[in-house]
Amino acid sequence: MLHTPLWKRVLVWAAVVLGLYLAMPNLFYSRVETHNDAASEIEKSGGGATPEQEAALAAWPSLLPSSLVNLGLDLRGGAHLLAEVQLADVYKQRMDSLWPEARDALKAVRDQTGGIKRAQAPNGVLKIAISNPEGMQAALEALQPLASPVVSLTGAGSSNYEISGAGTEITIVLSEAEKAATDTRTMQQSLEIIRRRVDAAGTREPSIQRQGADRILIEVPGIGSAEELKAIIGTTAKLTFNTVVGTTQDAEANPGPGNIVVKDAEREGLYYILDEAPVVSGDNLVDSQPSFDQNGQPAVSFRFDTTGARKFGEYTGAHIGEPFAIMLDNTVISAPTIQSAITGGSGIITGSFTIEESTNLAVLLRAGALPAGMKFLEEKTVGPELGQDSIDAGRAAAVIGLIAVGVFMVASYGLFGVFANIALLINLGLIFGILSLIGGTLTLPGIAGLVLTIGTAVDANVLVYERIREELRQAKSAARAIEQGYERAMSAIVDANVTAMITALVLFYFGSGPVRGFAVTLAIGIVTSVFTALYVTRLLIEIWYNRAQPKTLVV
Amino acid sequence: MAWRLRLAPEKTNINFFKAQWLTFGGSALLMVLSIVAWAVMGLNYGIDFKGGTTLRTESAVSIDTGAYRSALEGLGLGDVAISEVFDPAFGPDQHVASIRLSAEEGDQVTEAQLASVRAALVAMEPTLKVISVETVGPKVSGELVTSSLLAVAVTSLGILAYIWMRFEWQFAVGGVVALLHDVIITVGIFAVFQLKFDLTIVAALLTTLGYSINDTVVVFDRLRENLIKYKTMPLRDVMNLSVNETLGRTLATAMTTLLAVGSMLVFGGDVIRGFSFAIFAGIILGTYSSVYVAKNLVLFIGLDRSEKPKGGAKGDHEFANIDA
Repeated sequence: MLHTPLWKRVLVWAAVVLGLYLAMPNLFYSRVETHNDAASEIEKSGGGATPEQEAALAAWPSLLPSSLVNLGLDLRGGAHLLAEVQLADVYKQRMDSLWPEARDALKAVRDQTGGIKRAQAPNGVLKIAISNPEGMQAALEALQPLASPVVSLTGAGSSNYEISGAGTEITIVLSEAEKAATDTRTMQQSLEIIRRRVDAAGTREPSIQRQGADRILIEVPGIGSAEELKAIIGTTAKLTFNTVVGTTQDAEANPGPGNIVVKDAEREGLYYILDEAPVVSGDNLVDSQPSFDQNGQPAVSFRFDTTGARKFGEYTGAHIGEPFAIMLDNTVISAPTIQSAITGGSGIITGSFTIEESTNLAVLLRAGALPAGMKFLEEKTVGPELGQDSIDAGRAAAVIGLIAVGVFMVASYGLFGVFANIALLINLGLIFGILSLIGGTLTLPGIAGLVLTIGTAVDANVLVYERIREELRQAKSAARAIEQGYERAMSAIVDANVTAMITALVLFYFGSGPVRGFAVTLAIGIVTSVFTALYVTRLLIEIWYNRAQPKTLVV
Repeated sequence: MAWRLRLAPEKTNINFFKAQWLTFGGSALLMVLSIVAWAVMGLNYGIDFKGGTTLRTESAVSIDTGAYRSALEGLGLGDVAISEVFDPAFGPDQHVASIRLSAEEGDQVTEAQLASVRAALVAMEPTLKVISVETVGPKVSGELVTSSLLAVAVTSLGILAYIWMRFEWQFAVGGVVALLHDVIITVGIFAVFQLKFDLTIVAALLTTLGYSINDTVVVFDRLRENLIKYKTMPLRDVMNLSVNETLGRTLATAMTTLLAVGSMLVFGGDVIRGFSFAIFAGIILGTYSSVYVAKNLVLFIGLDRSEKPKGGAKGDHEFANIDA
């Protein structure tokens, strides 16, 4: 008589039932998927559901689990980008905006330093040349108030700028602590902005992750191509309000120091000469919405934060009757004349927008501009046809592999082979159950991992059954042989699976994308196959043995 | 007695050392030849390791590589490699090709170049569709080479450490050299036949590392058991006995895995064929090496059997206490 304690039996069957229950939604993939999509759409829109959404929602009972195995890009089709954020861009911007402040600070000590001018310097460094070296001390003292403590946890106590002087040259560099703090901020902002833009484009479950110090991995299923994705992410939407110095017809005109030539968005051949330093920039925006102007044309309304509102109020108050330019991504989208001081901190941008354009612009403005440029290190586009072909091929390989292994097991071990096959099917169910539970992603190599697991999962059974045969040859009783077979094969099975697990962990750590998907299915498959091959088959054999009470055992 | 399929007779008495100079020497020779092939012919690296762009095209009519070549001429591209792709699952009107591009100068194929390539291809054959595009920059590909080598090293060391912990160090060395044998010869096959070697192949090699040690572990496990059982039998005979006793299961476990991976190789589609092939080859080599390479090394190094505990069922090692 073989006997496993009741609690153990209950635990094993409970785990099996739970795993299969969680795996079940994957059998009704498209139905559950439309259900989930409808549910998230309804949640997004805030309650109100269209009849179609209601129908899609009703297609799958809400009581049942609805987590699915995600399909990777190589199976669903979509685009993948690996972007490197150009962190040094931000250092340059910081120095560019520091220059006017430094110039103003040095004006106070002009009589000691003599003439001051900005000298050539690499990114992240500001060099100022003074004509009178004796004034260096006074200059450094005047500049000192510009430096302030770094605002970050790790860099506490250090100053954000390091100011030094030698001969006639003052050098200001960002301190290491400040650079680190800036990098963190830049990465967070970039991630957030990319996320908002991709979300606004409305694709399903995009994945946007930081990778390493300066990289962002963006994976968007269902999108047509990597170029399309780049267009969504790449639009910088840098909005500034600038003083208009004049207009010209010549793109090559010399705008004079501190000024730039910017083309008009609509009128061909019209260029504005603007003061390069913006009055207010999009960074000061807190909100923007698509709206309509007094003539019923699509427009974008916006609101500034308090700093922006104050600056804008002061400027418009002082320049009534003069034009100012609203510049977006280096084109002037409109250049209205200031009618009165705008002190409320809100305004409206008009131009010849379509409703769609005004909506997009509002979204882009709200999301803000990317703080730094991006370089794309890796791009991938997988067409949906190729993905479907891969799913079909993977499915065919899995089914045929399963049949071949199943036939082999029955031919080699008879009834015991049948038990191994039942355990194998349960094993596959459990893998899907766990993948769904943890929100894992199935990739094409992942399917290969699944097929490989079909082949290796029964290995544990082979080892046990061969051992039982050996024990039987030593004329042990059937029950004793089964018990010893399981017990004595354990060591080799554990060793084999630990080494396989080492491999899976290394693959997960070093791999990315599809390879990582492979590592995940492999690792889950190792755990579930040990469970099913040892515990489930044992319980099956026990049930059979206790019921059939065979006199002799043939494995 | 019911009929059972057996890959090996119930009881075998094969002397696995009989032709050891042929088998072991052959393995050593193959390893050397593989390294020579790798060094001389080089590997046909995919863009993962070389950087560049690949396109996969599908058209309703067959297009020969010459037509592709002339369509892409004059677009300012560097190296262009075109290969037709075949798969039993393709329909009669499904003609697939893989095109690998690299920029003439500078690092990456630009977006404008890619657009002109697409346009030129569609102009050549209106039914043609570009169904996947992949670009890897030189910066990433350089890192991938380093991290792949590192991954193979870490996995080997991890397995070495584990086997050492569970058995004697001689077993660990024998096991890992057998693994390197499998990996090096697989890479040699890729070099000789100039099969595309990309990141998924490295993943396949790592998988081979994890799985081909299994058969070796089964043999070692039995060897340890028999060393305790037959204390006075010469090491060589205990080894032969152990391999003979476990031959059936070594072949059966290899067979189940080969059936599954073989199905992947034939029916899994061309995208993953290289990957499946590498695992398939690795498992055959792994089964061979666990019978012919691993234990021979242990024999060469020699085991110190004098310290074996007398008459104890327990193992000789603090972690080796699961009796098998």
